Amino acid sequence: MNAFRFDLCQLPPEAEILRQEVRSFFTDELSHLTPLERAASWDGFDREFSLKMGEKGWIGMTWPKDFGGHERSALERYVVLEEALVAGAPVSAHWIADRQSGPLLLGFGSAEQHHKILPGIAKGELVFCIGMSEPDSGSDLASLRSPAKRTDDGWLLNGAKVWTTNAHEADYMIGLFRTSTDPGNRRGGLSQFLIDMKTPGITVNPIVDLPGREHFNEVVFEEVHLSNDCLIGSEGEGWDQVTAELAYERSGPERYLSSIQILLALVDELAARPSERGAIVIGELMARLATLRTMSLSLAGMLEAGQNPGLEATVVKDLGTGFEQTLPDIAQSLIDLEPDPDNGSDLQLVLSFLIQAAPSFSLRGGTREILRGIIARGLGLR
Amino acid sequence: MTSETATLLEQTVTRLFGDLVTDSILAAAEDGVWPEQLWLALEKNGLTQPLISEENGGVGATWRDSYVIIRAAGYFSAPVPLTETIAAGYLLSQSGIDVPEGPFSLASPPDNGLSLTKNDQGTWRLDGEVLRVPWGRHVRFVIFSYENMIVSAPVAGCSINRGSNVAGEPRDNLTFSNQAVEAATGAFSSARIGALIRAAQMAGAAERALEEAVGYANERVQFGRAIGKFQAIQQNLAVMASETAAAGCAADMAFQAADYGEAEFEIAAAKIRCGEASDIVTATAHQVLGAIGFTREHHLNFATRRLWSWRAEFGSASSWALKLGQATIDRGGKNLWSDLTARNSNIKE
Repeated sequence: MNAFRFDLCQLPPEAEILRQEVRSFFTDELSHLTPLERAASWDGFDREFSLKMGEKGWIGMTWPKDFGGHERSALERYVVLEEALVAGAPVSAHWIADRQSGPLLLGFGSAEQHHKILPGIAKGELVFCIGMSEPDSGSDLASLRSPAKRTDDGWLLNGAKVWTTNAHEADYMIGLFRTSTDPGNRRGGLSQFLIDMKTPGITVNPIVDLPGREHFNEVVFEEVHLSNDCLIGSEGEGWDQVTAELAYERSGPERYLSSIQILLALVDELAARPSERGAIVIGELMARLATLRTMSLSLAGMLEAGQNPGLEATVVKDLGTGFEQTLPDIAQSLIDLEPDPDNGSDLQLVLSFLIQAAPSFSLRGGTREILRGIIARGLGLR
Repeated sequence: MTSETATLLEQTVTRLFGDLVTDSILAAAEDGVWPEQLWLALEKNGLTQPLISEENGGVGATWRDSYVIIRAAGYFSAPVPLTETIAAGYLLSQSGIDVPEGPFSLASPPDNGLSLTKNDQGTWRLDGEVLRVPWGRHVRFVIFSYENMIVSAPVAGCSINRGSNVAGEPRDNLTFSNQAVEAATGAFSSARIGALIRAAQMAGAAERALEEAVGYANERVQFGRAIGKFQAIQQNLAVMASETAAAGCAADMAFQAADYGEAEFEIAAAKIRCGEASDIVTATAHQVLGAIGFTREHHLNFATRRLWSWRAEFGSASSWALKLGQATIDRGGKNLWSDLTARNSNIKE
């Protein structure tokens, strides 16, 4: 009867105890943040803050202790994530590594890679970026061409990656490169590499994004030599590894909470300017928010139970990014105030940034159209 | 996690509805025929009073367990007051009124100058009209809240002005005159519990509409291929499927919360979210099914006409959103998130 499976998930008592601890830490540590800084959400970059998160044991929470992890549950980790997002904590320096690079290495990396890399991520020391898209390969990832060729003692990389968030800050990239070409199997011949960003031949060129930030980049590879131990997993298995990685990338609460600061500010603005229409719209948004949180928690519960909710994560990301993307327009339609990045109220400030950031929500981590294609396949239409 | 009780209930109800709710039974019900065989089978299998304790002749199930029954009633368009009987039975038992033999109806709290008085012998008397009572002509009692009371009125002694909703389900106006009724104070209002059952029914009907639309898209050939192979159709059906999933989760969330307290927030959220999903689900299903979907010949109409009816019953999405939104605004932005997370943590397995 059901196309998808969403078992409801209850957070265990230890997760709720942790929530209080996390909340009071953020209250103490983040009191200096401006509304605009909070609105940056998981794009906010602060290495010092990531080190503190590492000290608290809130990075790599579910990983084995042998690799610097804390062997806590996926549900406890979930609580830290959602509290960080609502607090507007600057988590970008560790977010990508905690979410996908670390789990990818745990799943496919060598023992040597585990010991060399994972403890540094868990401490909040190592910043990661993800090299997937290329100038001619976006949604059609399998068409990527940047080559990695075998040499006597390793690999030789060339080509370019684009839209690489934090490449200018990153210590490592996990990059997807073409190691062979088989016209009959576009998804074959791709391999993932652990790339030290200090390796000679790598140039990072900033790309100014729509809101005016320089946080994503073009990364050019010119005759970059890597040793043999930089290959992650198996040669030619990159597509399957990336697919597993994307499931982590798509399943988190950051896929519906990116513009939560608008909702918080809008509620206060409407308290000062009461209207029936405003109240109705807030009620509708709360219904969507509560439902999305229930669905998102359900994914966390399935991950904790060792299941792979790839299809359900796709559903939640599509619904969630629709919600976070529509918040700026809804706020603007309810309030007769201009978005103001300099001298506005809290709402005007966060709006000025999030109006411009919102188009990216349904692009990053897989476009809306790609996600809906995956859902259609899940329905048996493709 | 799905309990053993819920699994058993779901198997029973799916088999029973699958066997007994045919398109011809549905059409006959719209013409006024009471499906006696279906009702007796539901009673015999304990599906009409799942929430009543086993000592009192019920199944002793939770709201969470009962969700599967009520969702299935929506999925199959069951033409009987099953969901109303379950909810009304719960209201009666909660307020200490003996649960008589069903079927029951559940009505929205009347706001039209009803009179409920206690006479010298301590008997409650009811005067006035109760409007749009689901299945009024077919039930033995109608249960509703009035101020802080739960009232159970026998239908035998009232005058009935027949009406219906756009799905052809009876929605009758009942006029009572100095009618002896049972009444007791009750915490759960019939408006809220009505919204709860309609949300789950909508989730079920949305699932059915999705199945009909996907099935049709895979069979119907135009331009030399199944229309489901066209990206335009795939993208629309993907949205419809996500909305259906959201409706199911919203309703499930509310049923779970109903086991642990007033659940006003979750029930309001579920009625709003299922209503929002219904808009998209009905529109997309009819777009995909084309002309055949716009007939009484195809099953789809039983699901979509119910979605249009149910989204308006026991409070529209907007009326619930006004309450929920005002409560949120009154609490302020600083409490929004902590209130939301605290609600979830009140629930214990």
